[in-house]
Amino acid sequence: MSVETIETAETTEVRPGDETPVLEVTDLTVTFRGLNGNPDVHAVRGVGYSVRRGEVLGIVGESGSGKSVSSMAAMGLLPDHAVITGSVKLHGEEILGLDDRAMAARRGKVISMVFQDPLSGLTPVYTVGDQLAEAVLVHNPRLPKEQARKRAVHLLDLVGIPNPEGRYRSFPHEFSGGMRQRVMIAMAMANDPDVIICDEPTTALDVTIQAQILDLLRTAREETGAAIVMITHDLGVVAGFVDRVLVMYAGRPVEMGGVDEIYYGSRMPYTMGLLGAVPRMDLERQGALVPIKGTPPSLSDLPPGCPFAPRCPIVRPECSLAEPDLLPVGGQPSAETIEEVHGHTDDTSATGVRDTGVQRVACIRSGEIADRGWTAQDIYPVPDIPEVPVADVRREDRAEMLRVEGLTKHHPLTKGAVFKRRVGTVYAVDGIDFDIREGETLALVGESGCGKSTTLMEIMGLERPQAGSITVMGHDTASLGKTDRFALRRDMQIVFQDPMSSLDPRMPVFDIIAEPLRTHRFSQADTTRRVYELIELVGLNPEHATRFPSEFSGGQRQRIGIARALALEPKLLVLDEPVSALDVSIQAGVVNLLEELQARLGLSYLFVAHDLSVVRHIADRVAVMYLGRIVEIGDTESVYTKPAHPYTQALLSAIPIPDPERERARTHIVLDGDLPSPANPPSGCRFRTRCQKFITLSEPEQERCMSVEPSLDATNGGDQAAACHFAERQRVL
Amino acid sequence: MSTTETSPKTTAGVPTVPPTPSRVKDIVRQLVGTPRVIVGLSMIALLLLFAFIGPLLTGWDIGERDYLALKSPPSPEHWMGTNATGQDIFTQASAGLQKSLLIGLLVALMSTAIAALVGSFAGYFSGIPDRALMWIADLALVLPSFVVLAILSKHFGGDGGWFVLVILLAGFSWMVTSKMIRGMTISLREREYIHAARFMGVPSHKIILRHILPNMSSLLIADATIAVSTAIIGETSLSYFGLGVQAPDISLGVVIADGSRFATTAWWMFLFPTLLLVILVLAVNMIGDGLRDALDPQSKSRRS
Repeated sequence: MSVETIETAETTEVRPGDETPVLEVTDLTVTFRGLNGNPDVHAVRGVGYSVRRGEVLGIVGESGSGKSVSSMAAMGLLPDHAVITGSVKLHGEEILGLDDRAMAARRGKVISMVFQDPLSGLTPVYTVGDQLAEAVLVHNPRLPKEQARKRAVHLLDLVGIPNPEGRYRSFPHEFSGGMRQRVMIAMAMANDPDVIICDEPTTALDVTIQAQILDLLRTAREETGAAIVMITHDLGVVAGFVDRVLVMYAGRPVEMGGVDEIYYGSRMPYTMGLLGAVPRMDLERQGALVPIKGTPPSLSDLPPGCPFAPRCPIVRPECSLAEPDLLPVGGQPSAETIEEVHGHTDDTSATGVRDTGVQRVACIRSGEIADRGWTAQDIYPVPDIPEVPVADVRREDRAEMLRVEGLTKHHPLTKGAVFKRRVGTVYAVDGIDFDIREGETLALVGESGCGKSTTLMEIMGLERPQAGSITVMGHDTASLGKTDRFALRRDMQIVFQDPMSSLDPRMPVFDIIAEPLRTHRFSQADTTRRVYELIELVGLNPEHATRFPSEFSGGQRQRIGIARALALEPKLLVLDEPVSALDVSIQAGVVNLLEELQARLGLSYLFVAHDLSVVRHIADRVAVMYLGRIVEIGDTESVYTKPAHPYTQALLSAIPIPDPERERARTHIVLDGDLPSPANPPSGCRFRTRCQKFITLSEPEQERCMSVEPSLDATNGGDQAAACHFAERQRVL
Repeated sequence: MSTTETSPKTTAGVPTVPPTPSRVKDIVRQLVGTPRVIVGLSMIALLLLFAFIGPLLTGWDIGERDYLALKSPPSPEHWMGTNATGQDIFTQASAGLQKSLLIGLLVALMSTAIAALVGSFAGYFSGIPDRALMWIADLALVLPSFVVLAILSKHFGGDGGWFVLVILLAGFSWMVTSKMIRGMTISLREREYIHAARFMGVPSHKIILRHILPNMSSLLIADATIAVSTAIIGETSLSYFGLGVQAPDISLGVVIADGSRFATTAWWMFLFPTLLLVILVLAVNMIGDGLRDALDPQSKSRRS
């Protein structure tokens, strides 16, 4: 293995002429020609940036802002019908317009990419090791096979795959999502590239795995000295990881600068809005989030002028005359000049967009924003969210909406086609207890596979559980008759995660919202009246009623889903990750809507999420789940400020905060490995295999963790309880 | 509930509640607005007219033979010529079209309906109903349909005999589609809107009819349009062995089968009846196509 280490050492050596940027993109535009008379889609309209060795550039934007397309264009990975202009220089050499063969020699060698979806990134029929070795061999055809194999094993070791020799022969499906992403990164690092483009590398992963991958990317940068272009929608991920940030909107960069400049001194209303829209896990009382009204414009039919103008709270008439260029703060032409120029010529094409290294903003009021020191809260109208009416009543005195005791759901694992025999059990939910009071929000958090969705399905099913009991508003589900169950459904409704699949695509909005009303036999007149009332309530237009779900954006669709859930005036609303599929600016609107509805209608929420920032914002109490068990439960404030269970501590620590200074100062607890299989949970404490505390314990103490399953015990004499033998309240934020 | 206090406020903003949109009306409007559907429907109407008025227009009976004009090309006497035994092709084709139209359309509708119901119920209720229904489908697949039809063919003659044939043809053509639909239902069943409907208390049969089948309408329509021509041709091959429509009834398939032997020497015997079949299939396809577009919100937005 010494051969490989020497090899890496050689390539990390500083090359002469380090001053030329490794990757320089200038005035890049990408247009997809419309077919059958459809208008052209201008996906990227003038992007410019440059990255030097070892530098990390973050490209931030919402879905459809052109951030992925621009990097695919740089890699030469776009289909032929895309028209690309501008310039992409790799080590000063123009690579745009090179043919596929010439590009193939550079791809993976000089410039490589990590994709979002580690599922589809690997070929399922080859072993992971062979695919890695192939990545090495492709660029070094004369390398002996044995050498390539060794290098592949070394790479697997480097990205933290345990037992790399053995895992070499594993197939991709035997790896978890996080491990596959590690292999993808190993592949990207295989030939010591100079630039690694990461396209949302952690979006599909859980927070604790995200922390591992971000750590790994840092290692990759140190190992190879490569420049990294990090494309993401998550402002938290970028804060602690990148040096400079490029914010994109509607296919154009709207703000660019050092990470601190952007986070603390943003001068573009869009960036300010984005930062204001992120729920913060580290702030105690954040108040209402800043919603950006409207939706991003269609890229095929852009109005003249600033593309953000229709959503901008401080828009001026001259904003819609010409699109502002990316200029230093305060360097924008005055309103008069714009009008003058606009009067003379219609030429909107700017001088080439290139990276100059200082903070630049595409907003004509940037100077003004800087002078007055405006923040998002100053320019955006923040909705006033009233207090929950029952907030004054003590929790114990409020009516109980839902009580779950010892809820269990085990799936049998069977083998054989004709005679099925049981070979094991998946302990999806394994005895959990919680209750929800009137007007309260309980959040159920945990990583994927921890059983939170199964819990929801069990509760919503209103059937007798395998073990334990579910009591909804005083009715035990085990003793419910058919008519009682039907009647009880009126009082509890659900909002799903994916607004794409939660609405029947063949039904117009009116029928979707009317369905619960018709099912519960409302008269036609009442149904009609109530549907329009609901459409109004969630902030949609009455003329939307005849449209189909596909004609709406994600946020609007989620509003339709909420309207449907509210139709029967339920008392308990179950929210299954209601905002995780939405963009930040849209998410803020939906979160505010949920809070407002709770206050106005006195609803109780059972909120399931993996995003702990949103949970902190919306929940009164929080329950953390791990492998089918609740490991910690308590009021949000206690759990967030002083978590007692090591898993909660690790979860909270793993979440990046959109605040560069605090983020850099934090030390993350990075958990080892993946979630164990729920079919074969560890003995004793289920978390002990990944526990950061376990390894610090003495032998008899460890013995206790391995043999005795901890029970959920109160830790602060109040509401907070944790299932750990050695629970210790600690501040991690 | 506390929402009642918000209702006066919101209704005050909208004093008159907009009318209830009707989905059926919307689809009908959409259908009428699609030229293909109109053309297809009018073609079917013309074919029906031709099939029922046609035999009355000529002086010839279906079985009547003109011994003076054997195998004669189209003439003022015989508009589409005659066949080898001197029977008038026009009369035969139009009378045959009567039965073929009925058989084709009915078999298609019935087999698709059976397939949709069996497949979706089996897929939705997994377990015993699934196994029972799929067992029936497997049984129908392995039964030699030809033999069954041959044995029962003596019932096809006489009044309403053709209807027995329709039921048997439909009964032997739904299985493959139903398995396809079962597979699609299993994947649709886990969609969140199905869960949502279940959690609001919609009964299972309504979920299947309201959510699952409409979301497969493209497949169902395509299946039904193909089934029309398959049924007509299937009946033809039965008739070829004398097991299909029994004399004195006649079907388009019988006429085509008769004429196909002379396709190169006496083209009129083959061409005219085949043309009628082609027009029929074309019309059905146009209606199916238009219906699919009208029902599919995605294709609507693509068109605009």
